[in-house]
Amino acid sequence: MGRNAKMQTGKAAGRLYCLLIYIFLFLPIAVIVVNSFNSTTSKPYLSWKGFTFDWYLKLFDNTALLASFGNTMVIAVVNTLLATCIGTLAAVGMYKYKFRGRTVIDSLLYIPVVIPEIVMGISLLTLFSKTNIPRGMLTLILAHVTFSIPFVIFNVRARLAGYDNSIEEASLDLGANRMQTFFRITLPVLAPGIGGGALLAFTLSLDDVIISYFNNGQTKTFPLKVMESIKSGVAPDINALSTLILIGTILLVVLTQRSSMKSKENKE
Amino acid sequence: MVGPVTLWLAFFVAVPLLYVFVMSFCSLDQNYNVVFAFTLDNYARLADVNYIAIYMQSLLIAFLTTVICLGLAYPFAFLIARTVSKYKGVLYMLVVIPFWTNSLIRIYGWRTFLGANGWLNNALIALGIISEPLDLLFSKATTILGMVYCLIPYMVLPLYTAIEKLDKNLLEASADLGAKKLTTYRKIVIPLTASGIFSGSIMVFIPCLGLFFVSDILGGGNSDIIGNLIERQFQSGNNWPLGSALSIILIAVTLLLVKLYQKCGGDMESLGV
Repeated sequence: MGRNAKMQTGKAAGRLYCLLIYIFLFLPIAVIVVNSFNSTTSKPYLSWKGFTFDWYLKLFDNTALLASFGNTMVIAVVNTLLATCIGTLAAVGMYKYKFRGRTVIDSLLYIPVVIPEIVMGISLLTLFSKTNIPRGMLTLILAHVTFSIPFVIFNVRARLAGYDNSIEEASLDLGANRMQTFFRITLPVLAPGIGGGALLAFTLSLDDVIISYFNNGQTKTFPLKVMESIKSGVAPDINALSTLILIGTILLVVLTQRSSMKSKENKE
Repeated sequence: MVGPVTLWLAFFVAVPLLYVFVMSFCSLDQNYNVVFAFTLDNYARLADVNYIAIYMQSLLIAFLTTVICLGLAYPFAFLIARTVSKYKGVLYMLVVIPFWTNSLIRIYGWRTFLGANGWLNNALIALGIISEPLDLLFSKATTILGMVYCLIPYMVLPLYTAIEKLDKNLLEASADLGAKKLTTYRKIVIPLTASGIFSGSIMVFIPCLGLFFVSDILGGGNSDIIGNLIERQFQSGNNWPLGSALSIILIAVTLLLVKLYQKCGGDMESLGV
């Protein structure tokens, strides 16, 4: 075999390998999507009984499922707003000011990232139970903000790494006050980092199982609804809703990517 | 500006963890209420042989998961990080997209796929390879499969970042100087991407000790991990002090591994995915 032919087979093997990994990653998603079109109505909804769109309509009659999805969305949105504000302020503050206790904050930040989620979940549970905060929407939001903040900070911090301080000085020299400078200079420059962090906070919240599981009380989020249904077999309407959520998230990300690319082009 | 985050982290991270530590020394009264009477009983119970067997099993599952993730992810990350294809961005996104479908339902998807009535068995029967469905579920192997599935993106992403930073000239120089491909990998590529290997391994190994729903759904009770033990004490078992003591083990393992990681020159920032 010549050198060229050898390289060709090597390339083909590499492609095949990547394809296999992608198949591995997407196989269970394919199962979910296919089962959302399964016309079976008998538990545990495993055998294929023919193709139907019915579940996408029946979905809207399943009020408990829709309510859980509503809870998930409310939590995800509130979490994203809170975590993004707190995280952005913190990242900028930690970048600008040297103060004592900085390293303490830094190490506290890494805890939610590295510690197994179950430990975060039970530690918040013991706190809420000790302080008599009833478990529900509020505790879910508090818990989600706690694990989202570090990811926002890391994203904004990455953007700050290439930050040019002199533009702020210029703004101040030209007569803008600190407030104006923050909103009109600092924030726009950091926007991609903030956006990335917000998107991560949103998707982490949407998908969280373990921490929510310990802190939900009677409030069901969509993932917890899935967990409940697993014992009796996941019904096709849950698969249908999962498929819709996946499509929604992909659209959201494609759109944000596109708009951030556009703003980059405009700048250049 | 750092006021809110300081308060938040103090109240929702530091205080709860300290409280778990305190609780691990508490006792239970007859009604299963936690009382603040100092005891070491919870820690004594950790040495139960049944528990020790589960710690060992959990560590073994985490170790195998990490090794398999690394083995599968390294060549994959290498290929997508060094491709010249214009679809490189898409290839990268395709690794992240599965994250956006709920992990529980994806794990359930595997159960559907591998079940007695699942796609795999049906396909094998249709092809005439087997006549009876294979019993593929509810073993350590399926639990490891689920763990690898859940955690492999955490291995791919840091490897991708490390490999992308590799200077192509170094590889060419190595080849020009007569090094064989394998030597180049061993002496240049692997050492220069070690940071990615370390952070990926830590991001896979640690969560693998806690993801109790994977062993619940795919292991069917045959492959419990430390996470299952803790979950039971906080739910059905209702023994929070014992659950807290079990959590302290997880915290200790985490701290130990993170220290080791920093000793090897690991950067905490790159654990953030």
